[in-house]
Amino acid sequence: MTTAASLRFTRSAVRLLASVALTFLGLLLVTFLIGRVVPIDPVLAAVGDRAPAEVYERVRLELGLDKPLYEQFALYVLKALQGDFGKSVLTSNTVFDDIKRVFPATLELATVATLLGVVLGIPAGVLAAVHQDRWQDQVVRVLGLMGYSIPVFWLGLMGLLLFYAKLDWVAGPGRLGVAFDDLVAPITGVILIDSAVQGEWEVFADAFRHVILPAAVLGYFSLAYISRMTRSFMIEQLRQEYVVTARIKGLSERRVVWRHALGNVMVPLLTVIALSYANLLEGSVLTETVFAWPGLGQYITNSLLNADMNAVLGGTIMVGIIFIGINLLTDLLYRLVDPRAR
Amino acid sequence: MSEQLLTVDDLRVEYQTRKGPVHAVRGVSFTVGREKVGIVGESGSGKSQTGRAILRLVPPTGRVTARRLQFEEVDLMAADERTMRDVRGKRIAMVLQDPKFSLNPVMTVGRQIAEAYRAHADMRRAAAEQKALDMLASVRMRDPRRVYDSYPHELSGGMGQRAMIAMMLGTEPDLLIADEPTSALDVTVQMQVLAILDDLVTERGMGLIFISHDLNLVASFCDRVLVMYAGRIVEQLSAAALSQAKHPYTQGLLAALPRIDQPTHELAVLRRDPAWAAEPPERMTATDPVA
Amino acid sequence: MTAPAVTSALGWRAWLLASEPQSRAQARLGQAYLGWLAFRGNTLALVGLGIILALLAVAALAPAIAGQSPFAQELADRLKPPDAAHWFGTDELGRDIFARIVWGARITLTIVALVVIMVAPVGLVVGTVAGYFGGWFDVVLMRVTDIFLAFPRLILALAFVAALGPGIENAVIAIALTAWPPYARIARAETLTIRGADFIAAARMTGASPARVVFGHVIPLCTASVIVRITLDMAGIILTAAGLGFLGLGAQPPSPEWGAMISSGRRFLLDQWWVATIPGIAICVVSLGFNLLGDGLRDVLDPKQQ
Repeated sequence: MTTAASLRFTRSAVRLLASVALTFLGLLLVTFLIGRVVPIDPVLAAVGDRAPAEVYERVRLELGLDKPLYEQFALYVLKALQGDFGKSVLTSNTVFDDIKRVFPATLELATVATLLGVVLGIPAGVLAAVHQDRWQDQVVRVLGLMGYSIPVFWLGLMGLLLFYAKLDWVAGPGRLGVAFDDLVAPITGVILIDSAVQGEWEVFADAFRHVILPAAVLGYFSLAYISRMTRSFMIEQLRQEYVVTARIKGLSERRVVWRHALGNVMVPLLTVIALSYANLLEGSVLTETVFAWPGLGQYITNSLLNADMNAVLGGTIMVGIIFIGINLLTDLLYRLVDPRAR
Repeated sequence: MSEQLLTVDDLRVEYQTRKGPVHAVRGVSFTVGREKVGIVGESGSGKSQTGRAILRLVPPTGRVTARRLQFEEVDLMAADERTMRDVRGKRIAMVLQDPKFSLNPVMTVGRQIAEAYRAHADMRRAAAEQKALDMLASVRMRDPRRVYDSYPHELSGGMGQRAMIAMMLGTEPDLLIADEPTSALDVTVQMQVLAILDDLVTERGMGLIFISHDLNLVASFCDRVLVMYAGRIVEQLSAAALSQAKHPYTQGLLAALPRIDQPTHELAVLRRDPAWAAEPPERMTATDPVA
Repeated sequence: MTAPAVTSALGWRAWLLASEPQSRAQARLGQAYLGWLAFRGNTLALVGLGIILALLAVAALAPAIAGQSPFAQELADRLKPPDAAHWFGTDELGRDIFARIVWGARITLTIVALVVIMVAPVGLVVGTVAGYFGGWFDVVLMRVTDIFLAFPRLILALAFVAALGPGIENAVIAIALTAWPPYARIARAETLTIRGADFIAAARMTGASPARVVFGHVIPLCTASVIVRITLDMAGIILTAAGLGFLGLGAQPPSPEWGAMISSGRRFLLDQWWVATIPGIAICVVSLGFNLLGDGLRDVLDPKQQ
């Protein structure tokens, strides 16, 4: 890149980061306000209803509840930036520690699911576009449409019913069989990686048998979205003049489609894949409940059902951060990779 | 007279649309030898469609039929996709109008050119690259290396079009179809590109089909001119004999051209006679739709 | 060309398709008719329309169709498979599942309708104001929109319900709070395109107040895109509501909300699969209906998006 171009890039990147910071601030504001709407006394929640008056008062001052609202918010933001989301009423750990513990499980699930969605979704979309309006296209489109119509938790239940209960092809709910607990030292927290790295292949196989069904269920939705967007992008590209040129050159149709047309689609597709990943975080909330998967989604719902507001808000902020982060990354990636944006 | 490279007899292109069939090309017949033939017409006259039909590159919603479509020994109508792929690029090539759109925006120009060569010859990457650089030099690029490494959007219109020419002529085809090759360029650059095209075509003894809406340009550049209107050829004549055109449409076109040495009070406006779009009686067959 | 007699069917059609309509009403109706013709050609869209009409009918005629009360418990008959007496079987409290599904349709429709009524006007107004007036309005409003868009919808809804407490009203509010941003975005985008048009300038020159320009001219033009988006969104709203119901945060028992039914049927999944499966099928069918309808409407109203 020339210096002028890199200056342009830096300037736009900085502008982007500033915008992101503002959005993050707004996110904190929303969660802060939600926290204030709760009809639960946060002091009581912290000290219990048997505590004497002095303890109550002390904790109240500690939590800064005597200060004006905007000061409380400033405190809130400061704490958030340090990763202090308060303590979980349920587990008595800091919310941050809890999240650190549960997050890798969700990461594992979302990643395998997205991989499935990409590996199956992109070829499906290309196929649909190349055979537009013929039966291959109709099949892909209907499959995609179903992905927008099926409740993820119901599909999970049906999956368990069929593949676990009736066919016994996969393991049941949970992340790992009880027999394999604690056999693998947690390095990354992602069991598939940790077990592979340590050569514990039996654990790997069991982990795989556990993750494949929930990942496939989530992956279906990823596939629906990715194939739909791929199809749409490819149809647009196959109409372009450079595709005609490629054919004039006498290139095989395969090369024209996969090298030329798809090449022009990769960049917007990256954005789609990232968005799909972010959307899966939403789907994982319900999937984790169905599969008793100890991830962030289950953490949030459990905390919710137990009125643990700190945990709920902390988890929400975490998800929000990931969402913003993914969007930011794709934006930067876009500018980096597309030669026209340079 | 050179031997006939291309014989076209009763070529038709038809599209099925929601409002009914659209006949883009309606029974076009001509031959092309090792000469420069121009096809002139306004938008919608079917001239571009004719060019694409020859290479069988009409969009899938269109149907191409012809009594005869022959290129040297290849029957283009009967050929399967495999044969057509051998013909395309290697024996018949085509240059499109706007390099901004006709070149792949995410591939370097050099890679695209080299790709064209490697598609038809068992070439190593380095050899194809060298050939591309040589061809870029022959289309008078001042810095072939820089152009090779550039992306299409980094080139000016003229450079992009010259790169296209390098890409299409490098495989030494016998026939080149140029679909409005200079219409997207500035007038000064037009002349440059045409000169290069002229030189290359003449020195290789190729046939050229030059499609354009610009009658003046075609007349000055080509040996023969075919005038198209509403999907039909209404007149065929040699460029030199243009002023003696017989068909009222051609005459109208000529009259509409402003001339610096004959200032007129009012520019003549072309008036269209629906009869020009009608099927000439001797060409009607039982399967033809009534015009 | 004078308008032919409107009495005969052929006369009707010719009147609607007349190339020179004699009145505003005729032109409008003609356009609507052309739109209908295009829509009618799309089989899948018609299927979608059929499903939605069926849903409306079922909801409206629930008392007549259900046959039994959705609340009547008959513990002796619990967990019976589908048979002649109970077309969809019974649940763990002996309630007829068919009746619960039928009455549940009303709940689904209510939720969707309430959300849309809240969300569409707000989104429209926010978007058009931001787009039309620009400047600080635009910056602030779009920043707020962005913040809400930064959350996955279900998670934010969960947080809201956590704060407000479970229940169908709170669920509706929570969903609505997360559903409005896309409409603001769409309305703003459309407004920006329309803003510079000549007829807007003309309206201003004749002394129309900004409010009149926005409400009288800009908003009507945004309506088509918003309608398409609403229809496509409805499936998402239904799924989110079902998700909340599944977690026990939506309509509370004994209300026959489909998501909650799946949740309570979960325990019996292995042997009495129908309790959890059938409500899910209902959700699928209804969501699919809205998606098909939305796709069809989009093809008609917004063909460039194909």
